[in-house]
Amino acid sequence: MARTQYEVNRQKEKTPMPELDPVERAKTFDEVALGYSAEEAVAEARRCIQCPNAPCVQGCPVGVPIPKFVAQVAEGDFARAYALVKSANALPAICGRVCPQETQCEGMCTRGKSGEPVGIGRLERFVSDWAFEHPEEAAEVLRLSRAELGLDDGGDAEADSADVAAAGAGGGAAGAAAADTARDAGAPAGASLADKRVAVVGSGPASLTCAGELAKRGCGVTVFEALHKVGGVLTYGIPEFRLPKDLVAREVAKLGESGVEFQTNALVGKLYDIDELMEERGFDAVFVGTGAGLPGYLGIEGEGLNGVMVASELLTRVNLMKAYLFPEYETPVYAGKHCVVVGGGNVAMDAARTARRLGAEVTVVYRRGREEMPARAEEIHHAEQEGIEFKLLTNPVRILGDENGWVSGVECVRMELGEPDASGRRRPVAVAGSEFVIDVDMLVVAVGSKTNPLIAQTTPGLEVTPRNLIVADERTCATSKPGVFAGGDAVIGAATVILAMGAGKRAAAGIAAYLAGE
Amino acid sequence: MYPIEHVEALNAEVTRMRVRAPEIARKIKPGQFIMLRIDETGERIPLTMNDCDPEAGTVTIVFQAVGATTMRLARMKAGDALLDFAGPLGNPTELEGARRACVVGGGLGTAIAYPQAKWLHEHGCEVDVITGFRTKDLIILEDEIRQCSARQIIMTDDGSNGNKGVVTAPLQQRIEEGADYDLVLAVGPVVMMKFVAATTKPHGIRTLVSMNPLMIDGTGMCGGCRVKVGDAYLHACVDGPDFDGHLVDFDDAMRRGVMYRSFESAAREVAAGRVASEGRDCGVAAAGVPAALAAGERKGA
Repeated sequence: MARTQYEVNRQKEKTPMPELDPVERAKTFDEVALGYSAEEAVAEARRCIQCPNAPCVQGCPVGVPIPKFVAQVAEGDFARAYALVKSANALPAICGRVCPQETQCEGMCTRGKSGEPVGIGRLERFVSDWAFEHPEEAAEVLRLSRAELGLDDGGDAEADSADVAAAGAGGGAAGAAAADTARDAGAPAGASLADKRVAVVGSGPASLTCAGELAKRGCGVTVFEALHKVGGVLTYGIPEFRLPKDLVAREVAKLGESGVEFQTNALVGKLYDIDELMEERGFDAVFVGTGAGLPGYLGIEGEGLNGVMVASELLTRVNLMKAYLFPEYETPVYAGKHCVVVGGGNVAMDAARTARRLGAEVTVVYRRGREEMPARAEEIHHAEQEGIEFKLLTNPVRILGDENGWVSGVECVRMELGEPDASGRRRPVAVAGSEFVIDVDMLVVAVGSKTNPLIAQTTPGLEVTPRNLIVADERTCATSKPGVFAGGDAVIGAATVILAMGAGKRAAAGIAAYLAGE
Repeated sequence: MYPIEHVEALNAEVTRMRVRAPEIARKIKPGQFIMLRIDETGERIPLTMNDCDPEAGTVTIVFQAVGATTMRLARMKAGDALLDFAGPLGNPTELEGARRACVVGGGLGTAIAYPQAKWLHEHGCEVDVITGFRTKDLIILEDEIRQCSARQIIMTDDGSNGNKGVVTAPLQQRIEEGADYDLVLAVGPVVMMKFVAATTKPHGIRTLVSMNPLMIDGTGMCGGCRVKVGDAYLHACVDGPDFDGHLVDFDDAMRRGVMYRSFESAAREVAAGRVASEGRDCGVAAAGVPAALAAGERKGA
């Protein structure tokens, strides 16, 4: 192929990534996937054929210039590869680990039409981890301009941004990605924001991204976090074995070095409300990235029994409070011998694998089939490897308790798939008379989460939906209240880290335009 | 860091602590709580506000050394500092409009009932305060409560103060005497709140109880603090902590309250080598480990 400077690796499968042994790792909270060596990364990068239309980029919610960075990896220039990733993605070490690549970049990859796609997520992770191990080279290459990185080769991207963004307004991730690419803030654009101050509410992926982008433009940014640790779902939700907390702390520290201030133990809506932030505390704009923090329940009999918990309780105890390091850390966590986890998303997989590591035999119960499970393919695969059993097309109807009020079993019914529902997935229908009981002493509910109503209740003039989702412009993230912007799960409902980051990035651009126009 | 300005033992088990937290002091109202963490390895525990001084920038908490964390907290001194102190959390008690109220405190709950009695008194409400303790040596806040109440009735389980019995006896008597309460507030052990609610229910007196379940984040996220109110489970941290006492399922709350008991007792022994006396649990499950999850086994995992 003349398009590449390197010889393309024709191997049909991805270069395998080393992982901890499934039996051994199910007893520890150490990170499962170990990452590529330099040789493995180069070999995998060389599977990219550099197709000119780059469908992978269209699949990326933040518009990482994927073929460009992969080409640098293929040629062994990891520093430049890092700069290219970082030009579009504030948190690449995190995204490389937790993005659902199979439905995004890798889902669009040409190599995936015959064999496996290029391991883009693994490569993103590799260059980010490389940069952490080579801080001086990484810092040096980040000083390169966009032109020096070969990013502005298509003419004046900024001028096209409004059109691209408008076209993308109804088009979901791909359109938004194009807008992000176009208005990427590798170098400060437009008027200086040096005398402006923005309050960012919440410190999850949307907020961290927004804060980082604004700080790059010289804006003063203070992040308010209700808990004692920054990171939102990256800290309390996603387990250590999938996303090491040191790595989250490292990304947060980098933001701190870039001038972002963090105030923990600050629950906005209680300690201050948004009007106070703007009127009394002198913030020129506010970004609300408060996520989807309220747990969803099954709404069936027995949900209040002891030993029954929602996934966020299990995960908060273990991730935020480090209950797995008990007694060194003082927060305890209950773990049974036989656990059922209800749900089929990433949170369900995280809960199942966490319960497994606490010593339980775990069964995941999900009302639809394997194809309909919203979890990342890798998480399901890892869960299976670790000995977690899946009872698909199965729905709990009643939780049974013993005479002391502890959970003793869960009555389930078999399901079959009927016609597609509003989500496009085939609707599960109960099979009459198929009830059966699974004996358990622990049950974890992981069936989605809702938005905390606190901001909606305490912010006059902020339009929300009946489900308390904040109404915000898809392109600028502006809400109905002047100067207040919102993005991430607080706007779209429980989704992914990368979609939240895409929103944080669009919001930063929206806020910058708002502040410049004042 | 949140500096501790003053520490004082109210009795052999209960400690009052004044903490510097100016922003919280400006906002916190009776019935609301804070969550604190002593240090990096500590738990988050919820404690309901006992007093605050917006001018001085301080929040006062009162706690009983019943769990590993509260035992450790009780050993801290003025000049030490807490790593985390977050609030105000939960909703203020709905006190507006009450003309004749009875505030009932059980043990440590008295410390939380006090600011409510004080607020009512300052807002022109005639307040009776009934408190109950195991024995007279454990009586707390007697002087403070006298200053903000029309009547103060103190009961002891053993009669050592000359007034033997449970708090519901004088409550029942006052109602029958025609006290004409339009609000009864109960703060204390769940079983006490259950019987206060049962006492007022036949008379149709609006009754609020302050629930204090297991809690981790305190912001609505973990669902650990759910309380059965009527047919629904509500979150004490964001929907409470006060609920209609005539709707709360107290038996369900008592059952849920013991979920981490084996951990708590194990942690107490670890923390102090002794078993603390019973009393109102300070809320969050204390650190600990049940026999099934023996420390060595888990640490080595």
